[in-house]
Amino acid sequence: MVHQYKNNGYNIVLDVNSGMVHVVDDLIYDIIELYKEAPKDEKHLVSEKEKETIINKLTDKYQGQGYAALFDEYKEEGKSVESAVKEAVSEVEELIAEGALFTEDIYENYISEFKSRQTVVKALCLHIAHDCNLACKYCFAEEGEYQGRRALMSYEVGKQALDFLIAHSGNRKNLEVDFFGGEPLMNFDVVKRLVEYGREQEKIHNKKFRFTLTTNGILLNDEVMEFANREMGNVVLSIDGRKEINDLMRPSRNGKGSYDIILPKFKKVAESRNQNNYYVRGTFTHNNLDFSEDVIHLAELGFKQISVEPVVALPEESYAIKEGDVEKVYEEYDKLAAYILKKKQAGEGFNFFHFMIDLSGGPCVAKRLSGCGSGTEYMAVTPWGDLYPCHQFVGEEQYLMGNVFEGVKKAELQEEFRCCNVYSKEKCKDCFAKFYCSGGCAANAYKFHGSIHDAYDIGCKLERKRVECALMIKAAEAAFQEEADELEATL
Amino acid sequence: MKRIKTLNTRNLKESMKKGGCGECQTSCQSACKTSCTVGNQSCENQ
Repeated sequence: MVHQYKNNGYNIVLDVNSGMVHVVDDLIYDIIELYKEAPKDEKHLVSEKEKETIINKLTDKYQGQGYAALFDEYKEEGKSVESAVKEAVSEVEELIAEGALFTEDIYENYISEFKSRQTVVKALCLHIAHDCNLACKYCFAEEGEYQGRRALMSYEVGKQALDFLIAHSGNRKNLEVDFFGGEPLMNFDVVKRLVEYGREQEKIHNKKFRFTLTTNGILLNDEVMEFANREMGNVVLSIDGRKEINDLMRPSRNGKGSYDIILPKFKKVAESRNQNNYYVRGTFTHNNLDFSEDVIHLAELGFKQISVEPVVALPEESYAIKEGDVEKVYEEYDKLAAYILKKKQAGEGFNFFHFMIDLSGGPCVAKRLSGCGSGTEYMAVTPWGDLYPCHQFVGEEQYLMGNVFEGVKKAELQEEFRCCNVYSKEKCKDCFAKFYCSGGCAANAYKFHGSIHDAYDIGCKLERKRVECALMIKAAEAAFQEEADELEATL
Repeated sequence: MKRIKTLNTRNLKESMKKGGCGECQTSCQSACKTSCTVGNQSCENQ
């Protein structure tokens, strides 16, 4: 499968199954387009007759006005447009021969075997507090209560959760624990004691806990910051961007906005962590479809690790992202990508989580296609110790899997999650982005379609756009580098 | 090649040889809690 598109002046060709990304000129772009449609043999090459048709078609096109710049070099050598087209076709065939274009999907059986292996639990999301001191309108935790009652996790339940994780983690060394809520700092004492317990236990069991804290910042103070900087591998700080946007959706329980309270604290956290290992994380909704302005606002405040993500809400909610909003969101992603490039070139770059992509050293194909791991490798724990496949399923009683005292009791439920992967989803079959989202979020699929083997359609569209922007940024960075290298060589 | 620039990319097919160790971070354990983003995660085994 090949996906090709034009963005910000770059012609990008993604060979989906190998993951190879090619930046090409207009002529190559057209050749690949025609190759895509043409019948190919077992070596993915077209017949000589088909090749001739393609060459004639493109020679006709490129002999026309407006394409001279593509053939300057040839003109100087006295060669024809036809010979240039033939040479370009040879370049495309070279890529095919190298296994970098029109490669096959050879992973289905591999993933099926990979998924049937004995899995271990490697991460828990601890719902330290089902309570919150904000009343954010879009909160999937319903102001912290998750369709239930307010509660704080006791030390005993948390300790049992860490024991459960260690006991079910097999040989895996790195274990991840997210202190989540509601607002976890409403139960900070238990967070501190659990970290202390975890540090004792990791020595005994030869494990390494990586703790994360997700907070709205209201209760952040110097003591929390000092503790977080010592113990938390990552800190997620919730803020939506511009003051009026943040305060509209993230008011306190008395209706006042939270921006002025949290911003100075978040700046301090970011600086105290040397602008690393944290995210300011916001949500955009139908109310701020111009969300690139919120990202830019956060960047201008000096934050270097930024994540602003689309709200996931059913269409009946006034703030939901709707089908009619998608084009506007695309425009905003394009605008943001161009802004990020401009800042990078000026030496003022920052990371935008959803555009980050690691082409040269990213995850292996098993990771990319095997799904998010919810319900098997990753589970959420309620204040009472109940286990759910992930934080977004908490409160959905049919997804109650067991508890940290007795373990997973619904084996069939776990099996359903184990089988969930890119190949179990019809919608992923022809999608070029499947190697970057691993089949998407199971909870979102359930929310919109009642099945974890489906996919949340708007989420998929936005994911595809983000992948396109992320690859464009990589293409632009490579071009900048090449220019810089050429300049250096002339000095 | 004159008209094609291939970005420095890890060929996914090659990653089958040594992949699947499972030491990497779970997908939802970073900034995201509402989508699934794996393309930006790092491999612990490189």
